[in-house]
Amino acid sequence: MTLLLLFNITNGLIVGAFYVLMALGLSLILNLSNVINFAHGGFLVIGGYIAYTITPYVGFWGALLLAPPLTAIIGLVVERVLIRPLYGRDPLYSLLLTFGLAFIIEDGTRFIWGPQGKPVTIPPFLSAPLSNELFFVTGYRLFMVAVVIVAVALLFVLLRYTRLGIRIRAGTLDLETVAALGINVQMLRSLNFAVGIFLAGLSGVLAAGQLGLEPTMGTGLLMPSFIAIIVGGIGSLLGTLIGGLLIGVTSGITAVFFPAASEAVIYVLMAVILLTRPRGLFGEEGMMS
Amino acid sequence: MKDRLTRNWIVLAGIWTVLLLAPYWMAPLGGYTALATRVLVLGLAAMSLNFLLGFTGVLSFGHAAWFGLGAYGAGLTLKYLALSTPLAVIVGMLLGGLCGAVLGALLVRRRGVYFAMVTIAFGQVFYYIAFQWSSLTGGDDGLRGFSRQPIDLGLFKLDISSNAYSFYYFVLFCFAVVVGAMGFILRSPFGRTMIAIRENERRSRFLGIPVERHIWIAFTLSCFFMASAGALYALVNNFADPRGLHYSQSGDFVMMAVMGGMRSFWGPLLGAAVFVVLQDYLSSITVNWMSFVGLLFVLVVLFFPRGLLGFLQRSKA
Repeated sequence: MTLLLLFNITNGLIVGAFYVLMALGLSLILNLSNVINFAHGGFLVIGGYIAYTITPYVGFWGALLLAPPLTAIIGLVVERVLIRPLYGRDPLYSLLLTFGLAFIIEDGTRFIWGPQGKPVTIPPFLSAPLSNELFFVTGYRLFMVAVVIVAVALLFVLLRYTRLGIRIRAGTLDLETVAALGINVQMLRSLNFAVGIFLAGLSGVLAAGQLGLEPTMGTGLLMPSFIAIIVGGIGSLLGTLIGGLLIGVTSGITAVFFPAASEAVIYVLMAVILLTRPRGLFGEEGMMS
Repeated sequence: MKDRLTRNWIVLAGIWTVLLLAPYWMAPLGGYTALATRVLVLGLAAMSLNFLLGFTGVLSFGHAAWFGLGAYGAGLTLKYLALSTPLAVIVGMLLGGLCGAVLGALLVRRRGVYFAMVTIAFGQVFYYIAFQWSSLTGGDDGLRGFSRQPIDLGLFKLDISSNAYSFYYFVLFCFAVVVGAMGFILRSPFGRTMIAIRENERRSRFLGIPVERHIWIAFTLSCFFMASAGALYALVNNFADPRGLHYSQSGDFVMMAVMGGMRSFWGPLLGAAVFVVLQDYLSSITVNWMSFVGLLFVLVVLFFPRGLLGFLQRSKA
């Protein structure tokens, strides 16, 4: 029983780490540009398939390094061509546009790579379990968590200590003043979007190694990421981080006792949070309205 | 002023004539009565959503939940409760509307994208319930094993179960009742405050309008209308599908409203007609219809954000 519980908590943490990567990207874009990026799961899939395509040439490590920036470049193009005209308009439009984009990406990947799942080969020393007792702690899982920790740490360094990061945070609070100070807001939004998509691409590569690839895998991860943001509190990246881990672990533990509810429980969690603390765990007062 | 009034009456008479005669003019154009019925029901759903979206300015992206609850309410009534079509429609409407009223109270303080996000997430709750509770809802396969029943009007029986024409007129009757209610509410002082909130929320608040309560009422009404459309949809197919509750269905409804013209009362009906016919056609000619539907979303947003009616009105002016 303890082992089962431990297994599910580990699972939950790993799944939660995915949600965190996805949700942090979504949250960055939402906070600065007021855009709910429905296509975020699509970008995850693109990242995974790029990794799958280039792995034969550059190996797993090369793919891990190259696929996220390549995905970010695609994101930059999409932002420039499709999303930039919509800033300042009713958020409804960017929502509908990215919604359509998600369709196109899902269908497009199916068209290019086929509907069957694709495996991504990971280095053998990563796929072996670390001990017989704790068979579920494979090297790859630990590695994934490590990558997520490094990525999140780098993101927080970027946001806290670099000029770009400070501007992004300032823009989140008051974009008008930032613009009045002579900062190129369009550029800021583009780079911020690219950082968000980079994170989606990274989670795509990691997910590909663990779960294999399918054109529909992005949609399943999107809703929990939304909930991670709402639970953690809109406007707070720390909240998103904790929200993601929290819902991962919650659904992991629920899977032990009541498997059928393991997906629904995160919605219950969200409802409870919204009832008792409408701004979310770390959200600031008034951010949600 | 008087000119505009007469023109409005003429337009209205035109719309109802087209709807009343739809089974007759659709067949020569290559359509079929069942398609007309579907357009009518989905159009009603899009208009219900637009009641909130276009006239109160509140962006709900989870309205498929109320639509789907209406469908399941109607289906479950026919399957387990009683073999009565009107009762099924009423139960479906109550189920969706009441759930909407309760959740609406949780949501009304959020605005804009945040409202959209929370409605999406809550809408998914119902999707999961319908998906997981297989013993009651049939799970992934959907709810089957019920069919619409003939209506006994005392003098004669209206056979809506096998006669496509009578069923179309039954749906048109329900449509007229709901749309009539919508129009009546929008013309009432309450409807005017909805539009005031859309135009300038802060000013409405200063004028003493209880904004939160009015948004909640508008949301709840919209859920009731939506659920009635869902109930009718279950009767159309004799089937309730969990995917009818999914957020992608909500996206389709928003798209219908935007494509037809959010600022006009009848726009969403037109949007639904175009959307349904186009989707029908695309899925019959290509397996990649998803890409084309996605492309449609992108193009409409970039080039026709005011919708078909908005576009026509502007080019006329």
